[in-house]
Amino acid sequence: MGLDFSVIPKYLDIVLIGALWTIAITLGAAVVSFFGGIFLAIVALYAPAFVRWPFRVFSFLFLGTPLLLQLFLIYFGLVQIGIDVPAFVAGVVGLGLHFAVYNSELFQTSILAVDKGQTEAARTLGLSRMQALRTVVIPQAVRDVIPPIGNNMIALLKDSALVSVIGVSELTLSAQRAIGSTYRPFEFYVLVAAIYYIINLGMEAVLRRVERRIQASR
Amino acid sequence: MSDQKPFIDIRHAQKSFGTLEVLKDISLQVDRGQIVAIIGPSGSGKSTLLRAINDLDPLTGGEVWLEDKQINKTLPHRQYEKHINEVRQEIGMVFQHFNLFPHLKVRENVTLAPKMLKGLSDDDANALAEEQLTKVGMIERIDYYPSQLSGGQKQRVAIARALAMKPKVMLFDEATSALDPELVEEVNLVMKKLAEEHMTMIIVTHEMSFAESVCDRVLFMDQGVVVEEGPPEVIFRNPKSERTQHFLRNHLAAAG
Ligand SMILES: Nc1ncnc2c1ncn2[C@@H]1O[C@H](COP(=O)(O)OP(=O)(O)O)[C@@H](O)[C@H]1O
Ligand SMILES: [Mg+2]
Repeated sequence: MGLDFSVIPKYLDIVLIGALWTIAITLGAAVVSFFGGIFLAIVALYAPAFVRWPFRVFSFLFLGTPLLLQLFLIYFGLVQIGIDVPAFVAGVVGLGLHFAVYNSELFQTSILAVDKGQTEAARTLGLSRMQALRTVVIPQAVRDVIPPIGNNMIALLKDSALVSVIGVSELTLSAQRAIGSTYRPFEFYVLVAAIYYIINLGMEAVLRRVERRIQASR
Repeated sequence: MSDQKPFIDIRHAQKSFGTLEVLKDISLQVDRGQIVAIIGPSGSGKSTLLRAINDLDPLTGGEVWLEDKQINKTLPHRQYEKHINEVRQEIGMVFQHFNLFPHLKVRENVTLAPKMLKGLSDDDANALAEEQLTKVGMIERIDYYPSQLSGGQKQRVAIARALAMKPKVMLFDEATSALDPELVEEVNLVMKKLAEEHMTMIIVTHEMSFAESVCDRVLFMDQGVVVEEGPPEVIFRNPKSERTQHFLRNHLAAAG
């Protein structure tokens, strides 16, 4: 039995719907990982110790255990203690928090790298520490860290396939379903690989635009 | 000398960084509308003294007063923060390296603090920015980013940013030291304009001729003490202290 790509059109809608779910999960988790990362960075740098420590333990757990396990824990574990989260939400939160921990490390470094003169100028005008952080330091720190954060976002896209294990019909799982009916793994996996690649290209294009936009503000 | 209470009153300022004593019992009174220059060799404590005025480098001893308010008073943390943020709104500061906010356009650099702290509307804040930028001759660059400006232009924007808070006092810490020589004059002109408007100013500078032309009084500092102070014509033309003479001679030779 040779290759036969003619089976694809019949299942294309399933696969494309899967692709939309993948995009939705990636965008949702990207937003969680971005703002979660900033939040965790601020906590790590400025919160009092009794706040900092629980978050440090949390970060350590997220960094030190497999993402797969974290997704199982959020989806299946939380139900057991009475918190019933839809699979999609569990996926977005799990993936988002996992990458928030990675992003937090990047944000911490870039926050500390913002010139101290910036905070001084803001404080001299009468801004409080938090106001200076929010309007002067964080925007610059975020700006400076866009390229590596972007790389994390692309890694996040690829890891979104793991969300299939808790039953979200994203791209990879849709392909598996199509394969289940057609016994044509090669054709569908190639198709799916191509779709991931296209989404990837789209993300890189957006990233480059953002980087160009912020060029003047250095 | 006037008989009224000084506008700014620094009493027995003392500052140590660890074991290094940087300010040794310095007192300085400045009247409203007065312009005081601080000169002295690098490392003599000029910046530290200036930064003590708005408590950026808090003193380890002594008091700083602005009118009838003590700036560096001891308060519980929260109350102190509220107090110092209010005080700082009344004290404009200009840095050697401008410290403009690079992620914001010139306009937002000027409007940020007034909007945030005084609750100005967008329209009022824009009008204020236009007024202040016109004053420093930077209105045509209102929609530029700082990175698109020369050093002299950046410093003029930094002055406009400080003025937008309508401060009672302006502090300048070597405002022209980082500039290419041909850009110094445009910043000096802005400072002269402020002088004509009777802004109270304390100016740390290495520009002796500028200090002589705009200042009412000159302080010569060395190793954390005020060695000599007086009217510019005395300090520059006829200094009494050996150390002042030595410093000015070296300075002239270096500027040479
Ligand atoms: N944050 C600091 N920590 C330790 N030493 C400092 C600090 N700031 C200034 N100094 C020291 O205090 C002295 C006076 O510095 P400064 O006020 O900047 O002098 P000037 O402005 O006259 O050049 C210098 O010896 C400097 O090294
Ligand atoms: Mg200095």
